[in-house]
Amino acid sequence: MKYAYFPGCSLHSTAKEYDISSRAVANALGIELIEIPDWVCCGATPAHLTLHLLSLALPVKNLLQAKKLGNYEVATCCAACFSRLKIANKFMEDDPVHKGKVEEVVGAKYSGEVKVRHFLDILVNVFGLNNISERVSKKLNGLKVACYYGCLLTRPPEIMQFDDVEEPHLMDDLMKAIGAEPVSWPYKTECCGASFSLTKTDIVLKLSQDILQMAYDAGAEAIVVACPLCQSNLDLRQSSINKKYKKHFHMPIFYFTQLLGLSLGIDPKKLGFNKLIVNPSKALSAIA
Amino acid sequence: MKFFISQDIIKSSFLETLQRDCGEKVSHCYQCGKCSAGCPISFQMDYLPNQIMRLVQLGMEEQVLSSKTIWLCASCLTCTTRCPREIDIAEIMDYLRRRAYQKQLIPLEETEIPLFNKIFLRNIEMFGRLYEMGLIGMFNLLSGEFFKDMSLAPKMFLKQKIGILPHRIKNLKELREIFKKSGKLAKAKRDRLLHPKLIFLNLSRKVIGKIERLK
Repeated sequence: MKYAYFPGCSLHSTAKEYDISSRAVANALGIELIEIPDWVCCGATPAHLTLHLLSLALPVKNLLQAKKLGNYEVATCCAACFSRLKIANKFMEDDPVHKGKVEEVVGAKYSGEVKVRHFLDILVNVFGLNNISERVSKKLNGLKVACYYGCLLTRPPEIMQFDDVEEPHLMDDLMKAIGAEPVSWPYKTECCGASFSLTKTDIVLKLSQDILQMAYDAGAEAIVVACPLCQSNLDLRQSSINKKYKKHFHMPIFYFTQLLGLSLGIDPKKLGFNKLIVNPSKALSAIA
Repeated sequence: MKFFISQDIIKSSFLETLQRDCGEKVSHCYQCGKCSAGCPISFQMDYLPNQIMRLVQLGMEEQVLSSKTIWLCASCLTCTTRCPREIDIAEIMDYLRRRAYQKQLIPLEETEIPLFNKIFLRNIEMFGRLYEMGLIGMFNLLSGEFFKDMSLAPKMFLKQKIGILPHRIKNLKELREIFKKSGKLAKAKRDRLLHPKLIFLNLSRKVIGKIERLK
């Protein structure tokens, strides 16, 4: 199994542990991730708020780079990149007006032929849960987790075609397969305020507080995420949330790849647990 | 909320232009309010998303483009997903923001978000990939909150989660061409990053806020 890998900006900086753990997991499962050479930022939210054409041209440039690698699908871990790449593909497939303009901007023909998949989707739907559970050497028994999907992984459903839009379950299924216990909670796809992390920090603190509280009330010991922005809002800003709302949260926020890697018997040092801000050792030592 | 709506406003082409440009049928909206019920940011907005839809239907461009709401939308797409009339509300919010840019309307409040977007894109144009240090530094400088998030910096450095130097991609020339061409094709004016009016507004607001807090 080979994929062209688009890490995205976050995975090279604030979410390094997501990149490290994803590569380690892929390596352990025999999935080859070939990094797209000289990739550029997908433009994220600021691009589509400012210049629609640019928000399509940047992902298309990356997809063209991926095409040069050969006939591979693109794998990405960041939910925002995933969303931008998928939306660009949709426009290039269905909208001749935008297609023409984007082709003029990037100077090449493209009609959405490079398919994009999220790494979680690849693991669960292509590699298969049975194959994964066969390889699990250390079950994470007793770890209660709240699987948090955030906004962009499933929405809008007709473009993302990822999972159930209001009640996604891919991550829950994966967590069950490795022995952890996903709790049932209603905030799976609530928004954490993502792109307002720097600009409207108050909004982010309120939304993230609600998510942490809901996970805590549902009995979770940790939250599992698949998006670098969700992770940094919940993890990095947890101390500010505690201070502002006079709470005592100590909720580690893991990437699903970190827990999967742990269950596959990969050395925890190679999964970037030391890069998490909220110390996860208590939750990890509770694993029976 | 009471508005006086003149004939000129009702007969204005705002609704038609919007529907033509972004292909969304705002006229289908029957004010069920599902978008506002699910909106995570509605508690901070001056008009709720369904109210924005109604204002658009009535052609009230000025109110819509000067609202806080269009800048506070987080693009989480909850409204778009749930709309029973299949209106892509988030796309309309995008369109309204782009229109506000085009008309060079600088909102008096919520100035941080357009400023952030501009700095972010300039950052990408310069390096190809996001250079967080540059983004945060520049944003703090221009928004007047010089020491915002400083307490988080040591943690980020210790965990090596933020790079000190930017990573430049190899083919910057091609990337800059993409920026230039898309701006040209979309007929977007290239706005200065250092907009004196914007900076003055930001700084004065911060100073007034500080004085009020001291009182």
